[in-house]
Amino acid sequence: MNHQISRLAVASLVLVISLIVGTTYWQAWAAPDLADRRDNSIKVVAQFTIKRGEILAADGSLLARNRPRRISGKTFYFRRYPQRERFAHAVGYSTQARSRSGLEQSRNDFLTGANANLSTLLDNTLDRLRGATIEGNDVITTLRPTPQRVANRALAGQCGAAVALEPKTGKVLVMASSPNYDPNLVERNFSRIQRGAGPCGVAPLLNRASSGLFAPGSIFKVVTASAALDTGTYTPNSTFVDPGYCIEYGQRVNNYDTSTPFGTVNFTQALVNSINSSFCEMGKKLGPAKILDYARRYGFYEDPPVDLPSGERAPSGLYKDGKLLRRSQEARADPGRLAFGQERMLVTPLQMAMVAGAIANDGVVMKPYLTDRVRKPEGTQLLKMKPDELRRAVKTETAQQIASMMEGVVSGGTGTAAQISGVRVAGKTGTAETGRQGRNTTWFISFAPVDDPRVAVAVVLQNQSGTGGSTAAPIAKQIMEAILRSPSKGSR
Amino acid sequence: MSLRTRELTSLLVVGTLVGFGFASVYIAKQEVINSASLSYGLFFLGLYIVAHAIARITVPDADPYLLPMAGLLTGIGLTEIYRLDENDAFKQGLWIVIGLSAFAATLFLLREDFRRLESYKYLFGLSAIALLLLPAAPVLGKTVNGARLWVHIGSIQVQPGELAKICLIIFLAGYLREKREVLAQFRLKDLGPLFAIWGCAMLVLVVTNDLGGALLYFGIFLAMLYVATAQVWFVLAGALLFVGGAAGLYTVIPRVQERVEIWLDPWSDPFGRGYQAIQSLYSIANGGFGGTGLGQGTYTDADGHRLIPSLNTDFIYSALAQELGLVGICGFLLVYMLFAARGFRIALLAQDGFSKLLAVGLTFAFTLQAFLIIGGIIRLVPLTGITLPLVSYGGSSIVANFVLLALLLLVSNRANEGIRR
Repeated sequence: MNHQISRLAVASLVLVISLIVGTTYWQAWAAPDLADRRDNSIKVVAQFTIKRGEILAADGSLLARNRPRRISGKTFYFRRYPQRERFAHAVGYSTQARSRSGLEQSRNDFLTGANANLSTLLDNTLDRLRGATIEGNDVITTLRPTPQRVANRALAGQCGAAVALEPKTGKVLVMASSPNYDPNLVERNFSRIQRGAGPCGVAPLLNRASSGLFAPGSIFKVVTASAALDTGTYTPNSTFVDPGYCIEYGQRVNNYDTSTPFGTVNFTQALVNSINSSFCEMGKKLGPAKILDYARRYGFYEDPPVDLPSGERAPSGLYKDGKLLRRSQEARADPGRLAFGQERMLVTPLQMAMVAGAIANDGVVMKPYLTDRVRKPEGTQLLKMKPDELRRAVKTETAQQIASMMEGVVSGGTGTAAQISGVRVAGKTGTAETGRQGRNTTWFISFAPVDDPRVAVAVVLQNQSGTGGSTAAPIAKQIMEAILRSPSKGSR
Repeated sequence: MSLRTRELTSLLVVGTLVGFGFASVYIAKQEVINSASLSYGLFFLGLYIVAHAIARITVPDADPYLLPMAGLLTGIGLTEIYRLDENDAFKQGLWIVIGLSAFAATLFLLREDFRRLESYKYLFGLSAIALLLLPAAPVLGKTVNGARLWVHIGSIQVQPGELAKICLIIFLAGYLREKREVLAQFRLKDLGPLFAIWGCAMLVLVVTNDLGGALLYFGIFLAMLYVATAQVWFVLAGALLFVGGAAGLYTVIPRVQERVEIWLDPWSDPFGRGYQAIQSLYSIANGGFGGTGLGQGTYTDADGHRLIPSLNTDFIYSALAQELGLVGICGFLLVYMLFAARGFRIALLAQDGFSKLLAVGLTFAFTLQAFLIIGGIIRLVPLTGITLPLVSYGGSSIVANFVLLALLLLVSNRANEGIRR
């Protein structure tokens, strides 16, 4: 029997050895992959043992800080957002229950100190061995608290969004979306946030500024005008005859007010008075491909390159059934309606702020960014963001021509509500009609001062009965005023 | 150095190790060194020194390393259970006391000649079947997590399957010793009992839905059959029969089906049926090479909710692997390997067929059970809900494994006595 016993003993040893091999596989070989999996709850918990970096506004005020809590011998760091609703969409949240959003997600590596170069990796490993808490790096944003508060107040009770950029750099100065929510409630009182869903019915978590898609209406005429002037097809003095409507495919497409036709007008007057028929004619002559080509130059058809998670950004463009229209189908788009911002065109406020910013910046689109700099917990600077060009959208000359036309919109056109005394303001109104009373989407894009632009703004409001000039322009004015008043450099 | 003195020295080493383990958990949890943590280690050492004294009286010539290894395993288990939940550790401590009493009782009762057991083999065989089917009884039985393995007597829950395992081994040792020549001739009419036991395993599977138990009992049977008859064909045929039977039942028993599906692809339902298996793998992976250290692992979320259900019973290996790391857990597995090696050594040294078969059965049962549960956790085999011998939280398992240990010592004592004489 001893022969069999020896064999069985060997078999048993093989069983135990297979356990050792199997365990080695999981602990050494597969461990890095498992650590990266999203459903790895140990790693989720581990995130909360890291003292995340703080998130600060441009002036140094705290937007996100930590509240340490000791639970069964371990210190966990939970997030508090002292400014509550004010920066909810840009800053986002970091919770156990619902993961992360906003900068908390897109800058997670910096905030958790996982932005490994060799020295920080070594530091972190030593810290872990000592049992010391890992500290993340602080993120200082480009956001300005006072204009942000102005924007939030102006949008309160409505559905809409506002974005303000610094045209020369692409810094995001204001990013407001309404309805908003208190990120402190996400962990434990999420149902309260959901109950707070506004009149537009969509969850308040949606960042309308960077991922809300709206019909642009007449603000899209800035893009059409770019194509018309930059290609040399038209000049500011080209003339149009406005009968109050435009004939397309044998059908009448009316102006906003079709009862009083403007008669013979030049290009500048057509933009200042936002005459649909003139742009309809322009569109028919340019064709959809050329207009969309200029839209692409401004950044349409790609996620706005701002440092927010990809799920919180949406590309602007022609949409069909919730998806971007394929390029092959674009040729069939209706050029007349496209030219004045209808025809299934959907845009984000951030994209339109980029358009206004490009006109202000002599035709160059800057990449928008929210993170100004990153510093180590002890205060030394780790990283400073440099302004980055996305691309040149139009020639300097074209940009200046459109800028002066937009100035005419504010000084004596549809956007007079945006006038600021002593400051030259350029703007463009937009009113996308849905045909139902009180269901218009109204817009205003603008920049100021025209001679040395320091701010470019886009404001959108849903479910309006007024026009862009009467509803959105006053909000854009307040935001611009607040930014122009406050110092451009951080005080800390 | 005499065998028993070696045992005592080893026990002192084990006691020191367990004391350190407890101290490190205590430091991690309470952040102050307290005399209480060391007193746990001392109490534990005291218990095993009593067991050692009993062994000195009853089985002076038995293998000196089995008791210290059992001490190490229960010590590691108790430390980890203490780390997870102090109240459970207290109960487990009580069960270890009861287990050691059963160990002492077995040694005292059978110290003259354990081979008396052979004459009661059919009684043990019947008891095994009765114990296995007990949970299916309408009033007594209780279903936990879909498997009907529990019997409750008053407020105490007992898992009779653990004792059935030992009864089965005693029966098989006696039966196979008697019939081994006949069976080895491989005549069809002698294969009846083989089919009977296969049928029993399938019945266990159907009645209790316990794939792990069925695998364990049938595995023990095949191993002992092989040792008794030297016929590899029996093992192959038996394995085929089992796989065939299980495959046939696979479609009928949803629980078994579920287990196999999760085994093949746990990530098909990561927050539902695959949750436990996946989170347990994350726990193991989180240990990495050196482990997090005792008391430092992550087993709960920041609100204190346990991440892995049944962590201290079926999944204690995942908890240990995280805190001990690859280095520590390999050492832990080597304890099982050494235990098996010592057990098989006893079987080799034993002089009569019954003793050999008994030792082989007990040792292989111990090893196979550890393999099935750990292998299930690390996805070598389908995951089943059986305990890790001497480590998992659970009274029946602890008591049964101490009886197993006592029987092994009895066989060893007799074998070594014979050599010395």
